Amino acid sequence: MLHAAYLMPLLPLAGFVVLAAAGRRIGDPWAGWLGTATVAGAFVVAVITYAGLLGRPSGTAREFTQNLFSWIPVGGLQVKAALLVDPLSVTMVLFVTGISTLIHLYSIGYMKGDRDYPKFFVYLNLFVASMLILVLANNLVFTFVGWEGVGLCSYWLVSFWFGRDTAASAGQKAFLYNRLADVGFLIAIFLVFDKTGTVDYLGIFAHAATIGSGARTAICLLLFVAAVGKSAQIPLFPWLADAMEGPTPVSALIHAATMVTAGVYLMCRISPLLALTGDARLVVGSIGAATAFVAATIACAQQDIKKVLAYSTVSQLGYMFLAVGTGAYEAAIFLMVAHAFFKALLFLGAGSVIHGMHDEQDLKRMGNLRRYMKLTFVTFGIGWLAIAGIPPLSGFFAKGDILDNAFARYKPLWVIGLVTAALTAYYMTRLFVLTFYGDDRWRQTAPATGGHGGSDHGGGAQPHESPSVMTTPLVVLGLLALVGGLLNLPGHHPSFDPLGWLAPVFGGALYNAHQSGTTLWVLGVVDALVAVIGLGAGYAAWWRRVDYPALEPVVLQKSYFIDDIYDTAIGRPGEALSRLAAVFDTKVIDGAVNGVARLARGAGGGLRRIQTGFVRQYAIGIVIGAVALLAYMLTRMS
Amino acid sequence: MTIPGQWYLALGAVLFSIGGLGLLVRRNVLVMFMCIELMLNAANLTFVTFSRMLNDVGGQSLVFFVLVVAAAEVVVGLGIVVAIFRRRKSTTADDLHLMKG
Repeated sequence: MLHAAYLMPLLPLAGFVVLAAAGRRIGDPWAGWLGTATVAGAFVVAVITYAGLLGRPSGTAREFTQNLFSWIPVGGLQVKAALLVDPLSVTMVLFVTGISTLIHLYSIGYMKGDRDYPKFFVYLNLFVASMLILVLANNLVFTFVGWEGVGLCSYWLVSFWFGRDTAASAGQKAFLYNRLADVGFLIAIFLVFDKTGTVDYLGIFAHAATIGSGARTAICLLLFVAAVGKSAQIPLFPWLADAMEGPTPVSALIHAATMVTAGVYLMCRISPLLALTGDARLVVGSIGAATAFVAATIACAQQDIKKVLAYSTVSQLGYMFLAVGTGAYEAAIFLMVAHAFFKALLFLGAGSVIHGMHDEQDLKRMGNLRRYMKLTFVTFGIGWLAIAGIPPLSGFFAKGDILDNAFARYKPLWVIGLVTAALTAYYMTRLFVLTFYGDDRWRQTAPATGGHGGSDHGGGAQPHESPSVMTTPLVVLGLLALVGGLLNLPGHHPSFDPLGWLAPVFGGALYNAHQSGTTLWVLGVVDALVAVIGLGAGYAAWWRRVDYPALEPVVLQKSYFIDDIYDTAIGRPGEALSRLAAVFDTKVIDGAVNGVARLARGAGGGLRRIQTGFVRQYAIGIVIGAVALLAYMLTRMS
Repeated sequence: MTIPGQWYLALGAVLFSIGGLGLLVRRNVLVMFMCIELMLNAANLTFVTFSRMLNDVGGQSLVFFVLVVAAAEVVVGLGIVVAIFRRRKSTTADDLHLMKG
């Protein structure tokens, strides 16, 4: 059964090839169904693989490498295209393919009528294939292929509606931020190869102890730089908010559920290295906590429904890095999976709202949608409570797991996490109340502009519920967000421990604060209280109110002016530098080239005068030369 | 009585100079050709003289090469001169400065 593992990345890749070759001929909607089917197939294979691994005894028996082909055999550097199938990668594959299937299904409805409908699924399939390569690769170089693949697809998908300038530049922004961070990945690969002579994960871990501690920290931090870019942490987070220019399913798929988790996954993957460098772990945890807090504050003041969710994603990813920094990899994965459920749900719900509102994304122009979109309202409500951390939904347990571990290890980070949890509940309540309660504000507003292609609805029209192909994924994700906490209940019975199978992967690297029952209860109650306080604050502030300038300071609306800061600090000096370089190019480089040419022409112009065409003049030249030679030789001889 | 070699050498030098001077001052291409022949033969005379004086046959054999080359040169040169004459009705060297740079 396990030998079919290669099918997991291969099926979406095959879907990509077929759709790229014949997508236009297949057309709407069958191209979408084909794309969905290949990803669903990958999910089925993942489930089979999962079952197969579960059938084996716990430990290294559940870990095997499937060699596909030898990719780069160069002397000491042997890079294979091989898959590492172990509980960690299979967990990732399960939720990536599962969520992707639902989002593909949803896209069939959401992208209906788009001019480039088949192309959308081409990119989507390639994206899933890249993500699976990233997750399943057994060495850093092969992971890097998937890493770049998701970056590239994210560029294509963010700027999918490239007719809009904002979408085109958002795609470039996403790509550039990722590329910048990828430099860290590349240097880390070089460093790893230099120190261990291999790029295989298992090979690296075998050498983990022999790498010098400085180099080990450097490797971990360089890989963390890559993860910071991909997972949108401080200081490389602005691209994720701009990436909301893409179609909403893309936001759900790439920028919530899967791609951005790649950074967290990478950190979990190198856990044996991280375990040996406390410094790197502290950096990871601190940046994670700081990002969680900063992004949550920004989310409190955004007006665009998708931007709120984008910053909320950044914030939740911060939590995951906090967990990684703590060493609680299991908790990080737990939140990653739970977050994939509820954030995909929230994004798809937001997409449903945007679709129903005829491409309106401004929270201030929504309102009272619960009367018009019942199913979206209910499922979105579940997502809201889940991310807010209300027990017994998945978010409460996942976030609680991280906070418990942080409490045991780094108390200051725990405090930040707790404050962030309150903020999370607050801004999500704001979002929810503004969208689904209040007056029918969309009646008074001007028609929405922009939006996805082919839409010619006027604004102010009656919102409508989305088609069933879009609501079905919402219902499924809603159920998952509801019960996702079961994956890792605190104080669970050993016989039911779905995430516990991850523990052998992390081995000694895993930190698990086994705290007493009382502590767990107290921390749980504190978490719940904080969530309820945030919820209440959100209600108190935004119930029956639309404008509350004091709660939406400009500094937060503009995300701490981070774009302006980068523009002034990096953009403008960079521009000045390139202008200087341009001057150097035209004056110095071109000057040198033209100067050589001018020299040759001048010399030729001077010398051509000698060639008079008179034979007798040449003859006298010969005579004079001969006489001169003779005279010289005679003087030498005497 | 034998005439000393120096006389021959002097004669060769005089002939060579006459040839060279003629080459420089005359404009008729045919006359310039004859001057060149004169210079070549002056050189031949010098070769033979040295061959006698130094008792070395190398100089005499070299003369044959010079004669052959001179003959070939005359063939080509006169061919060119005839061709030019046909086109321009003149064989004045200074009129032929098409190769002016």
